Amino acid sequence: MTDGKKIPGAISIRHVSKIYDPEGVHVEAMRDCTFDIAAGEFAIVVGPSGCGKTTLLNAVAGFDTITGGEIYLDDELISSTRYQIKPNVDRMVVFQNGALFPWKTVIQNITYGPIVQRKMSKAEAYAKAREMLELVCLNGLEDKYPEELSSGVQRRVEILRALINEPRVVMLDEPFRGLDAVAKTVMHEFLMQLFCATPRTMFFITHDLDEAIFLGNKVVIMTTRPAQIKKIVTVDLPWPRQHRVMNTKQYIDLKQEVLEAVHEEARKAFEAGEREMA
Amino acid sequence: MSESVMAAQRPAKSASTRMKIILEKFFNFKTLRGFSTVVVFCVLWQLVVYYEVPYLLNLPRPLDVANNAGASAAAPDYWINWGLSLMRIFIGFIAAQVIGIPLGLAMGISRTFKQFTFSIFEILRPIPPIAWIPVAILFWPTRELSIYFLVFIGAFYIQILNVIQGVSNISVNVKWAAYSLGAKPKDIFWRILLPGSLPSIVTGMTVGMGVAWNVLIAAEMIAAQGGLGRSTWESYTNHNIPYIVVGMASIGLAGSLCSVLLRWLGKRAMPWTKKF
Repeated sequence: MTDGKKIPGAISIRHVSKIYDPEGVHVEAMRDCTFDIAAGEFAIVVGPSGCGKTTLLNAVAGFDTITGGEIYLDDELISSTRYQIKPNVDRMVVFQNGALFPWKTVIQNITYGPIVQRKMSKAEAYAKAREMLELVCLNGLEDKYPEELSSGVQRRVEILRALINEPRVVMLDEPFRGLDAVAKTVMHEFLMQLFCATPRTMFFITHDLDEAIFLGNKVVIMTTRPAQIKKIVTVDLPWPRQHRVMNTKQYIDLKQEVLEAVHEEARKAFEAGEREMA
Repeated sequence: MSESVMAAQRPAKSASTRMKIILEKFFNFKTLRGFSTVVVFCVLWQLVVYYEVPYLLNLPRPLDVANNAGASAAAPDYWINWGLSLMRIFIGFIAAQVIGIPLGLAMGISRTFKQFTFSIFEILRPIPPIAWIPVAILFWPTRELSIYFLVFIGAFYIQILNVIQGVSNISVNVKWAAYSLGAKPKDIFWRILLPGSLPSIVTGMTVGMGVAWNVLIAAEMIAAQGGLGRSTWESYTNHNIPYIVVGMASIGLAGSLCSVLLRWLGKRAMPWTKKF
């Protein structure tokens, strides 16, 4: 992947808007969102709950349509109001609540992509999957079913299932939600290890600000619904990062900056919620 | 249960250890407790007969029933009745699965198909299978066919409802993940929808099997020649009271054998779930 060639995976989101049920209930989820994610960049999208982050992810992944604007992947149009490329291996998604196939073992889950696309033989795919599992110290779990694993391990397996396909973009929708703080630090190190080994464009949704700044190159802060881009913060902490970085002044300043922007939006969302209840 | 799973994983075991496992399985406090209740039940039963409790005067003695059971088991007719009932269950039940599962899958997958079919389905479904008996007898050329049909009805609707439920229970994220991983609609059907709805299908089979036995016995009592239900009914008309109890117990045993078989198949088919 990184043999001198430019890494693919630049995402360009141009004036994207989304209205659910325009003739009926008319819920405006996104309004005129424009930002770029460079190839190989670790982009984090934060914003109040229910603001439309997942809507954006679904649009980029090809699961959902948009009602305005365009989305490009490496200068190729992948979504507009009239045109949409179906979900494919270029844009892998790791879902919020996990989407491993419960009826497949760990290794069957990981190798599903290459085998169903006929990109690798079963033996090749299994060998590759074993190699990846070993790299992240999950070897020995090959023949377990997802239900037999903790949710942290499930999520790691799911990330491997995405990465084995060498996608141009990996999209993660609050993948570590529901994990405790200790498990999260392990997950962050795991993700960082994989990212540093093979840089790849990441599109990561969260509302954990520490997670955002610790992992990201770029933090995109969205407003409350309808989601617009409020602010983009560049995080130029050196890679690979360790948890000690959280005590540096640079980190604390960045967190303050992000926190203020997010807090303002959270308060707006809260007040809007109060109004809706009244 | 966990012991038997462990035993299954062990590759080779000698005859003596296997014997030991079987003995441990049947002679422990759990089974003894269960057995003691059965003994108490039989003692109470004997007492009821002995003291001629009012309203229960026709009750046969446990010993008579046991004798009758022994005699029945020695007679070929008894086993022919078993065979007849099991065959009727088997044919009707399999037909219900073969037709019900694809129909349910189609209704679960295609909204259009469901809109076309669901209303007629919902009109027919609340009719209890036993209410079909007269129509079935009139409609089908032989009594056997009408009984197969009634058993079929008993298992059919339940399976359709379960399959629809099973398909809709598959999370949209799982389907999306499969599409992202490069699955084609064909792969989605065979690799996602089918295994994803399998737990519900097995539930549908288990529940359907129960209803199928209900319907079979009623149908046999009314319309069949031979079968466990029929022989029980005939022993009532012949006033062979001990056999009534033997017949009932046989029906219960046959039904539970079928559920055990289904549960075993379910476990086999779905190694990823501990539900069955």
